[in-house]
Amino acid sequence: MSNAPVDHGRRRFLTIATSVVGAVGAVGAAVPFIASWNPSEKAKQAGAPVSANISKLEPGQLIRVEWRGKPVWVVKRTPEMLESLVTTEPNLRDPNSDEEGQQPGYAKNRHRSKKPEIFVAVGICTHLGCSPTYKMSDFDAHVSGIASGFFCPCHGSTYDMAGRVFSGVPAPKNLMIPPYMFEDDNNLIIGKDEGVA
Amino acid sequence: MFKNLMSWIEYRMPFMEKMNLHVMQYPAPKNFNFWYFFGSLAMLVLVNQILTGVWLTMNFEPSAERAFASVEYIMREVDYGWLLRYMHSTGASAFFIVVYLHMFRGMMYGSYQKPRELLWLFGWFIFLVLMAEAFMGYLLPWGQMSFWGAQVIISIFGVVPYIGDDLTLWIRGDYVISGATLNRFFALHVIALPLVLVILVFLHIIALHEVGSNNPDGVEVKRENDGTKYEDNVADKFTFHEYFTKGGKKFIVDAIPFHPYYTVKDIVGVVGFLILFCAVVFFAPEGGGYFLEAPNFEPANPMKTPEHIAPVWYFTPFYAILRAIPDQLIGAIAMFAAIILLALLPWLDRCKVRSVRYRSVWHKLNLVNFVISFVVLGVLGALPATPEYTLIARIAMTTYFLYFVFLYVYSKNEKTKPLPVRLS
Repeated sequence: MSNAPVDHGRRRFLTIATSVVGAVGAVGAAVPFIASWNPSEKAKQAGAPVSANISKLEPGQLIRVEWRGKPVWVVKRTPEMLESLVTTEPNLRDPNSDEEGQQPGYAKNRHRSKKPEIFVAVGICTHLGCSPTYKMSDFDAHVSGIASGFFCPCHGSTYDMAGRVFSGVPAPKNLMIPPYMFEDDNNLIIGKDEGVA
Repeated sequence: MFKNLMSWIEYRMPFMEKMNLHVMQYPAPKNFNFWYFFGSLAMLVLVNQILTGVWLTMNFEPSAERAFASVEYIMREVDYGWLLRYMHSTGASAFFIVVYLHMFRGMMYGSYQKPRELLWLFGWFIFLVLMAEAFMGYLLPWGQMSFWGAQVIISIFGVVPYIGDDLTLWIRGDYVISGATLNRFFALHVIALPLVLVILVFLHIIALHEVGSNNPDGVEVKRENDGTKYEDNVADKFTFHEYFTKGGKKFIVDAIPFHPYYTVKDIVGVVGFLILFCAVVFFAPEGGGYFLEAPNFEPANPMKTPEHIAPVWYFTPFYAILRAIPDQLIGAIAMFAAIILLALLPWLDRCKVRSVRYRSVWHKLNLVNFVISFVVLGVLGALPATPEYTLIARIAMTTYFLYFVFLYVYSKNEKTKPLPVRLS
């Protein structure tokens, strides 16, 4: 045992240095625990495009297609439904689809689609992720004067037949339009378009 | 022989010493009423949840393919599986009933006030972890309500600016709620959160035994020993641990030892509780659709949301607040604020008098306001959102928050009644 006086400055330096190294080590050790919560490779690869046959779609009918585990709606809109898109416009939050990222460029129009009658959208409410209900003819219970639209049962958000959200409801944005393309007149591919592979 | 064994142990681990300190010679105020049942009942329910929970894991399979079927298997084919599951699911609701009453007791008698702030905070953390535990547990049966309830709650984290979408992706571990989410929730529900819960309960009790229980009169039973004589003091009849008398510096008045007096009293509470608990488990295990919701008897379907989705009853007051505000981010902030304000009570209440018995009429009315607001929000959160209900929810939400504002304002110079010297 040496009887040299305690060098407090040196002791403090060593204590702090040890603590810092230990803290860096602890942060490093936390990385695998936190990163293991990210989607696995398997989950990432499940995001491939899917195709849907629309030849048997009746006017006004909605079919659900599963893409990336989410419901994607394909609706063949009737002429009356397309006309209703004009009447709803004063009551919409974002009638011109100005919110970026909610639709590809080719769906940034009044009917929010490539072909006016075929409507393709991710059927997930932009509020808290419920799947809204398609009200083909009894939508006027929720928005008076409008015959058809989408109503979210969770918190009462309403969307018109182009998936545009009405103002004064909890949902902040229009429904998401996925990238899609027509392979031919009868077949639709969801999850890819001419632009991106 | 036995005595020798005991002293052999005592020499190596102070078992009897700790039992005396915390049970046999622990001074508790003599005037506890029925509101003081709920602490021990919460412990009983915790034991029930852990025990039945461990048994349920023996047959439950945490995968998207098998979860729903394995719960059906437990219900129909495992001997007494139905009983274990109903004890667990009813236990979850019972847990919140006793915890809400336990918390309300603390608000009524000012039990959060100095020096019991930390005790209150530990209790608040228990409440928080309990909510996380219940939420994750509800996903496990993988029914329609499990799936869509989790979808809504996880999406709330999506409102965080900038990182919201990545955060929800990270919580789910997939682009939608999937088997990956189910598996991690299972791990957290059966091991991580129960461990945290047990540790917090331990800390809650250690903190309680340091400062001692409050009581319906809100006056301390441990007084400075300044030579004052107390007539007919029940505490004269008992020996309390010297830790509480601090070698004669403290004088204990109107207290009785926890054992046998309150252990016996708590048994009465346990019997009463078990009568009600068993009535639900055996005759109404679904709790009228509030303990187990009807859509949860259908397997999870990511393609279709049930017509009306509502969280389990114990989340509805906070859910009603979330839903009452049209803006997503503000709604989520208000919901969390409603919970966080409870933690701040020791600092919002600036009155020196604890118990509602000796406080002003304003405080009594405000407390009534709190109860009505909370119950109204709870009822509305379970109902569909119509314009009328949304309006009522907004009013009830306002009065809920006003409880804390009013409390802060009037408690500073509150006109209180004189406190009694002795416990009634």
